[in-house]
Amino acid sequence: MSILVDEKTKVVVQGITGNEGIFHSQQMVEYGTKVVAGVTPGKGGQKIDGIPVFNTVSEAVKNTHANASAIFVPPAFAADAILEAADAGISIIVCLTEGIPTLDMVMVREYLKGKESGLIGPNTPGIISPGKSKIGVMAGYIHKPGTVGIISRSGTLTYEVVDQLTKKGIGQSTCVGIGGDQIIGLNFVDLLAMFEKDPGTEAVIMIGEIGGTAEEEAARFIEKRMSKPVLAFIAGLTAPPGRRMGHAGAIISGGKGTAKEKMEALGKAGVRVVRNPALVGEEMEALFKRKGS
Amino acid sequence: MKIHEYQAKEILKSYGVPVPKGGVAENPEEARKIAEGIGEKAIVVKAQIHAGGRGKGGGVRLVNHPKEAEKAAKEIIGMALITRQTGPAGRVVRKVLIEEGMKIQEELYLGVVIDRSKACPVIMASREGGVEIEKVAAESPEKIVKEWVDPSIGLRAFQANKIGYGLGLEPAQVGKMRNIILGLYKAFYEKDCLLAEINPLVLTKGGEFIALDAKMNFDDNGLFRHKEIAAFRDLNEEAPLEVEASKYNLNYIKLDGNVGCMVNGAGLAMATMDIIKVVGAEPANFLDVGGGATVEMVKNGFKILMSDPGVKVVFINIFGGILRCDTLAKGVTEAVREVKVNVPIVVRLEGTNVEEGRRILKESGLNFTVVIGMKDGAEKVVEALKAKG
Repeated sequence: MSILVDEKTKVVVQGITGNEGIFHSQQMVEYGTKVVAGVTPGKGGQKIDGIPVFNTVSEAVKNTHANASAIFVPPAFAADAILEAADAGISIIVCLTEGIPTLDMVMVREYLKGKESGLIGPNTPGIISPGKSKIGVMAGYIHKPGTVGIISRSGTLTYEVVDQLTKKGIGQSTCVGIGGDQIIGLNFVDLLAMFEKDPGTEAVIMIGEIGGTAEEEAARFIEKRMSKPVLAFIAGLTAPPGRRMGHAGAIISGGKGTAKEKMEALGKAGVRVVRNPALVGEEMEALFKRKGS
Repeated sequence: MKIHEYQAKEILKSYGVPVPKGGVAENPEEARKIAEGIGEKAIVVKAQIHAGGRGKGGGVRLVNHPKEAEKAAKEIIGMALITRQTGPAGRVVRKVLIEEGMKIQEELYLGVVIDRSKACPVIMASREGGVEIEKVAAESPEKIVKEWVDPSIGLRAFQANKIGYGLGLEPAQVGKMRNIILGLYKAFYEKDCLLAEINPLVLTKGGEFIALDAKMNFDDNGLFRHKEIAAFRDLNEEAPLEVEASKYNLNYIKLDGNVGCMVNGAGLAMATMDIIKVVGAEPANFLDVGGGATVEMVKNGFKILMSDPGVKVVFINIFGGILRCDTLAKGVTEAVREVKVNVPIVVRLEGTNVEEGRRILKESGLNFTVVIGMKDGAEKVVEALKAKG
């Protein structure tokens, strides 16, 4: 099993006629994702590698029954693309775009309240349910189907962890990049709840980083609601305060949002906190051995 | 992006927030002229740098005559001002703000930031002004009044009233305060700020509120729609290597260690710094060449890395996904050939076409230590450091 996406998920790619849109649509199709439509205003009627292009998301949904969206739209127009997907009733919106203004995302989050759509990202590598489907830009081949769920604020650090797991023969149910921005859609807590319910997931790895309080909120949730074991790595123990570490959301401000605070909160909640990023695979292996599976 | 106090005050003034009479000067003569416009009374001369704690560092002077303002400006302009935020080298002062001194009855705090977990802006106010709000939040959080903004309707007047009465102000003061709160929020919202802060907001003995100091931080992602704000960027306030890196769209942050790091992706870059610390060494920098780094970015990143004389060993940690390792290996070898390198280089490559990538590095004839895995890499870095003594 898996969460959010599987072999049945039908994907519409917003911004399909751009370089990124074309390239990653091809990559997704190659991995087995059902890419059923593309959207670029003004280019409706065209086909990209046999994928029909529509002018609007609602036209695409009407004609292809797409239920998920991948957004490859430049930052200035990306917030609008998310709103359009939600308006068209898309259930899972994955926004890959990096660089969307924070206040645009504040407005998007407000619009999404009470809507059925779940937003992943922005500034994310996307979601993959190994062996089934991927909506995103990650290299599919490093993954392996299995029972570990991954939730991460980072891209390549997730690849690193996935690679460590796969090399030890430990597969993944679903890997979700929740995004590196200050304001994102679904957060650790939402996804932990999904993994807790998913019969195909036995354990979860959280990859957090400095900035904000999402990891602390996750710690409170884990303590009260999670029966499955959770392993965590928090990046940025050596990050200086007040500096934005690449991701818009990775900043210690006013002395808050440090890796240390997050590690302590998670540790207290019973999460196995791994301090050495090279040892996440080993720790997961040890955890499974202790569980006796 | 940060701006200077005088720039923040210009913006706030245009939103109806009262600021002291005065102006910015780049030399003592200008300072005197501005002071003459204020007159022979209390005048404040304030160093303009992007760092707090200027008063304690000697960057703020209170004088009583335009000639004294000229003298103070002469002393301050050109000085390397050291504060708790500048580091031991300090920051060279290039401009001073000359302002009319205030007869202060009370110092308050007023600020707007984004509340990340609630995904909306929050207004914070306190009668404990003039100190860091974080300190107040930690020691006496009950002294901070907060009001969250509903993004669909924006900040409303009643909320500004709630803040004023919540602070225990007199009705006449609440009215004045309300306009300042609404103006500050409007500036925050319209200019894509991440922080807009008036600290202290002073209540004068004459019963007026005035923004004595102001700070605004802008969302880099929003700058494309605010050319006038982008023009406020002051490269003198940024580390030269960081300015250079930004020209190539590289994220570089200088630190104090001796292990130069080059990594693709921000999370992996932070994790690489962390593992260096775990094995007992210190990272010299954060450098993210991008999740989808190109050969050109790797080359430029390498040049910037090598411009830091503190770097004794380089650790390259690349996880190639869509980007192929052979392409990257070519970039790294080209860069090493172009840039004179006299320190050991430990390279860890993983991902697509990794075998081919490692072969290119080994056959380049260059002195790379090619490692498998981050753990091995970090250990080799320590060995190289020890070998160098």
